[in-house]
Formats: sequence, C-alpha cells, structure tokens
Amino acid sequence: MAREALAAASDRQAPGADASRSPELLKKFYRDMLLIRRFEEKAGQLYGMGLIGGFCHLYIGQEAVVVGMQAALRPDDQVITTYRDHGHMLACGMDPGGVMAELTGRYTGYSHGKGGSMHMFSREKNFYGGHGIVGANVPIGTGLAFANVYRKTDAVCLTYFGDGAANQGQVYESYNMAELWKLPVIYIVENNQYAMGTSVKRSSAETEFHKRGVGFNIPGAAVDGMDVEAVYKAGRDAVAWARAGKGPFILEMKTYRFRGHSMSDPAKYRTREEVQEIREKRDPIDTFGQRLIQNGIMRDEDVKTIDKDVRAIVNRASEFATDSPEPAPEELCTDILK
Amino acid sequence: MTQILMPALSPTMEEGKLAKWHVKEGDAVKAGQILAEIETDKATMEFESIDEGRIARILVAEGTEGVKVNVPIAELTQEGEEAKPAAARAAPEAAPAPAKANGAAPAPVQAPAAANLADPDLPAGTEFVNTTVRDALRDAMAEEMRRDPDVFLMGEEVAQYQGAYKISQGLLEEFGERRVIDTPITEQGFAGLGVGAAFGGLKPIVEFMTFNFAMQALDQIINSAAKTLYMSGGQMGCPIVFRGPNGPAARVAAQHSQDFSSWYAQVPGLKVVSPYFAADAKGLLKAAIRDPNPVIFLENEIVYGRSFPVPKLDDYVLPIGKSRIIRAGTHVTLVSHSIGVGLIMEAAEILARDGIEAELIDLRSLRPLDTATVIESVKRTNRVVTVEQGWPICSIGSEIASQVVEKAFDYLDAPPLKVTGKDVPMPYAANLEKLALPTVDEIVAAAKSVCYRA
Repeated sequence: MAREALAAASDRQAPGADASRSPELLKKFYRDMLLIRRFEEKAGQLYGMGLIGGFCHLYIGQEAVVVGMQAALRPDDQVITTYRDHGHMLACGMDPGGVMAELTGRYTGYSHGKGGSMHMFSREKNFYGGHGIVGANVPIGTGLAFANVYRKTDAVCLTYFGDGAANQGQVYESYNMAELWKLPVIYIVENNQYAMGTSVKRSSAETEFHKRGVGFNIPGAAVDGMDVEAVYKAGRDAVAWARAGKGPFILEMKTYRFRGHSMSDPAKYRTREEVQEIREKRDPIDTFGQRLIQNGIMRDEDVKTIDKDVRAIVNRASEFATDSPEPAPEELCTDILK
Repeated sequence: MTQILMPALSPTMEEGKLAKWHVKEGDAVKAGQILAEIETDKATMEFESIDEGRIARILVAEGTEGVKVNVPIAELTQEGEEAKPAAARAAPEAAPAPAKANGAAPAPVQAPAAANLADPDLPAGTEFVNTTVRDALRDAMAEEMRRDPDVFLMGEEVAQYQGAYKISQGLLEEFGERRVIDTPITEQGFAGLGVGAAFGGLKPIVEFMTFNFAMQALDQIINSAAKTLYMSGGQMGCPIVFRGPNGPAARVAAQHSQDFSSWYAQVPGLKVVSPYFAADAKGLLKAAIRDPNPVIFLENEIVYGRSFPVPKLDDYVLPIGKSRIIRAGTHVTLVSHSIGVGLIMEAAEILARDGIEAELIDLRSLRPLDTATVIESVKRTNRVVTVEQGWPICSIGSEIASQVVEKAFDYLDAPPLKVTGKDVPMPYAANLEKLALPTVDEIVAAAKSVCYRA
C-alpha cells in the first residue's frame, strides 16, 4: 500500500502546475534563495568578528529546500525544524533584522537575545522553532499536526530534520502515531549527507530516508533538493496529500551543505574536491539562475538588481543587529513562567 | 482438604470485595476454572482454581467487602477426601464466617481528626464529601474538560482500559475518543506530541503510567516544555500537565519504585505539585490544568485508594505553591509531601503521647517551594525534621535544610534532620524494601533527637 501510494504521489501532476510557476514566482524563488545565501554569509562574517557566539549552523547549499517547500504552503500552515534554522525563518517571512539581532544576542532579536541561533520562534509567521536537540522537534511537529486535527482545521505542519536526526528513535515513535491517527504532517529529511562529521553511509543501515516510512505505511519520495522547482512540485503533492486527510508524507531532500557542520568544524571528513565539485555543478542558486536566464525569464540586469536589493536587506539587518542593545540585566529572570 | 485463600491481585492490594462466585458448594472444579470475581480498588478480576476437586464449603459469601488478602474464602476437597462426611471435618481454626470477614474490614484510611484541613477561603458551612484521591483526580479532570474544550487527556491505557490505575474511569464515555486518547507505548513520542499540541494552543494532560517511564520522555519535559518560553523571549509557552503516580510502589523493585520529586523541583520553567489529601489533589490538579505553564503533577499509587473529605463546591481550585500547616505544634516542625504526610501525621500522634507537640507542614507544591511557611514555623518551634521517600542527596529536605539554616539560623536549637529513603536502589525482598523506606519510627526518633529527648 505504501509503495502504491508512494508511486501515485510522485507521479501525480497537480493540475495547472505549469501555470502556477509564473515568472514572478520563479524570480521570487531565486531572490529568496539568494537572500538566505547572503544572510548566512553575513552571519559567518559576524561570527568571525566575535559578534555571534556559540553554535552557528549555516544553511549555505540547502536553500532550495526551504524556498521550494514554503511556496507550497498556506499562511496558516506550520513550520518546525532543528538547529540549522536561519533559512527556514527567512523563508517563513520572518524579519532578517530580528533574526540577525537574535544571532548577535540583542534585545531586538526574536527571542530578546535569550534563544540564539538555534532557538527562535514566530507565532505570527507560524514558525515553531528552532530546536537544539537533534530529533526532538519531530514529535513536537507531529503534535502541531495533532492540534490541527483536534481543531478540525485543514492546516498542515512541515517538520524538517536532517539525516542525522533520522536515526533518532523518537522520529519513528512520531511516524507511528502520525500514520495511526492520520495526522497532517510532512516529514522533510534534509539529507545533506553528513550528520556532523559522520556520512550517511557510516551511520545508516537504510540510506534511502524516504523509504523509512514503509514500516509504518507512510508514503515517501526522494527529491533533488538542489532544484527548487523539483522541491516545489514534490512539496505541493505532499501538502495536498496531508491536507486531504490522508496522513503524513515523507520527503527526502537530497541536498548538500557547502560549509562545515558549525563554524568550528574543520570538515576533515570530506575532501575539498568533493565540496568544490558540488559547488560548481549543483549550486541551487547558480544553476537555477542560469536556467531562468536561458529560458528568458530573467536577464543579467535582473540578477544584478536582485543581488543589490538582497545585499541591502542583509546589510540593514546586520546594522540593525549590531546597533541594537543587549537585553537588560532584568531580562535574566523574565519569561521563565507565564 | 485445601483452603482457597483470598488472592492478592495487585502489588498494593491488601483487601478486596468478593464480588461473585462462579461455583457453588458441591461443584466439581478443574484447574484453571474460574471460581470467583474479585474486585480490587483498581479492577474486577477473575480468580481461577489451581487444583482439581470439589467445592466443599464457601466461607465468604459473594458481595462481601473488605476481605483481607490470604483469608480462606472456600474449601476444596480433592479426590479420596470426598467420602469424608462434612461433620468429620475438624477445622475450627479455618476461616472466619462471612459476617466476620465483613466486620473485620478496616475502614478506609481517614484523615485523623488532628489534621486541620479547613481552608480559610472556603465559604462557611461548606459540606465535605469523603472521596478517594483516585476519584478526586478524575473529578478534577472531568470538570476541567467540561469547562474547556481545549483540554484533553492522552496516555497509555487512559481510554478503553479506563486507566492503568483507574484514574480516568468514565472519561472516555463522557468525552469520547477525540479527547481521551490511548497512545502506543511511546513516552518520548507522546510527551513530545503533547508539547507540540500545547504549542499549537491546546491544553494536554499527559498521563505517564508511572513517572518511572517519564524518564524516557525527560528530554521533552525539560528541554522542550520547560525552556521554550524563555528561549522564545516569552512568545511561546507550553500549557501542559504531565501527571501520574510517583514514588515507591509495593514490591516492584528498583526500576518501578522511586521518587522523582527533587529531579523536577530543580528545573526552572516547571511547576511541580505533589499533594497528599484528596481535596488538594482535586484543587491543585484543576489549577495545574488551567496553568499556562508546564506542570509536573506527582501522584502516589499507594495513596490513590485513601479517602479524605473534599469540599462540595462547584469549582474548587487551589493555588499552586502554597504549603499548609495541617497540625499546629510548638516543639518541632515536621515537613513532608505526598505519602510522607501520612507518616508525619502518625509520628505526631506518637510524639504527642510523649509530650512533644509537632507542627506538621504539608508542602503540597515543590516548585514553587513554599519555604516561607516552613521558616516561620521553625522560628516558633526552633527545630525541623524533613520527611520524604526520595533519596537523601540533593533531596527536597536538603533544600529545606539549606534554606532554614540560611534564613533562620539564629532560631535553630538543633541541626535540621532529614528522614529520607535510603541511598540505594529499591530492593525487591519485602524486608529489604521496608528498610529502604522512611518509617514512622525513624521520624519519631529524629523528632526526639532534635528535641534532645531520648
């Protein structure tokens, strides 16, 4: 049954799919991915300057995943992820200034400086974090989907996690309950091939993460996570499946992170050549930009204009963050209980 | 002649009701045949014969309540014995008559008259109804579920089975399977799912069959439920209750028998409640369900069946974080919570006979911990003994002792003493288990010691 559903889901062509991929939407994809890229580069720079501390996990290389998925959502759908979360927040429409201010530990940050890189939330944008414990967000996302069913809405919850988290037991506890109760949750495994320094092959008995739902009758599909249009199409199918009350769906995004696991990762577990080759051939932003130019959807001037706009946004975010005050000492003891 | 004895059908059962006989005198029975139905405080169980034979006499009539475990309830004659005339049976020592079994039934444990349970905020003339802690907890959940459609209960065996300890009895029938949800055995998963539902605006009550199994879910309780309000700068919040039996049970050994009070009491972002009396169980559980924060609600399996007066009010809600002086005294302050309150009440009666008047404080909540009431009491009595079932190191008593020493040092006439569970995993053997638990004798000895009385 799972196999059939899997095949049906991946073969299904949403009616009017092409029409919905308007030039405006495709240009927005490009711009949104670029915003995440430039934002993360700036975050890396600020980390190097000592303005961002602790753990800082950059999303560079994986931008197509969140941008494509977000386009498949309605505003009332929810998003939750683990700690490599800056891209998800920007894709959800959270303010880059508020995110950067949180990264720099300022009061104007989304968590008033008390959460940091791994712990940010926006009820307004239906972004439920930002969770630092690998895999712990998966039952929580399942619970958000449970609340949708309880409330009789047809909202769905996107629950992102990595190939590392995919080996946590609570992921499978969640799969079981989600299928048992037909909860509208899309599990998105961002397979960037390395759980910190351990490659998928060294950590996973079944490396095809989209098949990991078979034991629970949850359909899944593998997606080229470096191709924003492929992500968008798969995302729309999966969201339609969950929204129709058919239960959870697993999307495995084959992607790659260009930077280390965190800022302090020397990345000795993979070769420089491996990284270089993927950056040159599969960069989700460059390849997509070239495609849009070839197809006449963007011109070189558009690329320049978008890049200029995005750099301006990121610079403003950075200035806002570094100009903002740190939280007052009294903030130490607030927000512990309601 | 074989005597058939009243069986123990749960780890904590001491007596039960002989609800129904499936055989009558003279019937032949086979091994494995159902003889009777026996009602414990948790369930009605079928009771099978171990031997083959013929029922010679039924000693306890059906419908008899309070039949003690190990009392003979019937006699079985085996092959070869059958010819003996009934008159030849010389077994005067056997078996009390049904009426005696009934009469011998002890009354359910009551709050001694000495306990001052009157709540100053109760309207004058409030009627009290004797209620088990079990029913008080159920009533609290039912009332809150009637009041707020966002409140739901989930956990293992809470719905169709009516609760492993029968706390959720009748809730499935009243509220349906949308709001009373049986989960798979998957503590980390359903605790996390509950947290997500709370983030999504619902108010889950998550039942752990016992808090021993909450260990599997500890990350979700501490890292997700307790900390997210802080980590989100006040945006999120997690209105959830994690509840279930905590503390040593009876004869279930180390993994199923321990007190987690001080573990949870240490965590900022949680509230922790651990009542003893039925009224507090009801009023505090209602408060916990309404609280916008994650609340750990620690119950006690052995206390579930005890009855105490509960005020008959439409909406009895108590504040979390307030202890109560349940007995005034001038010579020594005894502080405890949960089942330990029963122990200090017994100790106080013994001490009174020796002229030592103990002031008793039931903490009720462990976070916030109402140390102010303890300190004020110590300023009057100048002596304090803490009592708990948890381990001694970094215990609730350790915290109270530290605060008393810090804030009432000049009032102390003796060092604070702790009576706790012993610093060992819980043993299985009955004698060792007894040694591992705090006893009334130890409390009496500690109280006398701080009073410098032998």
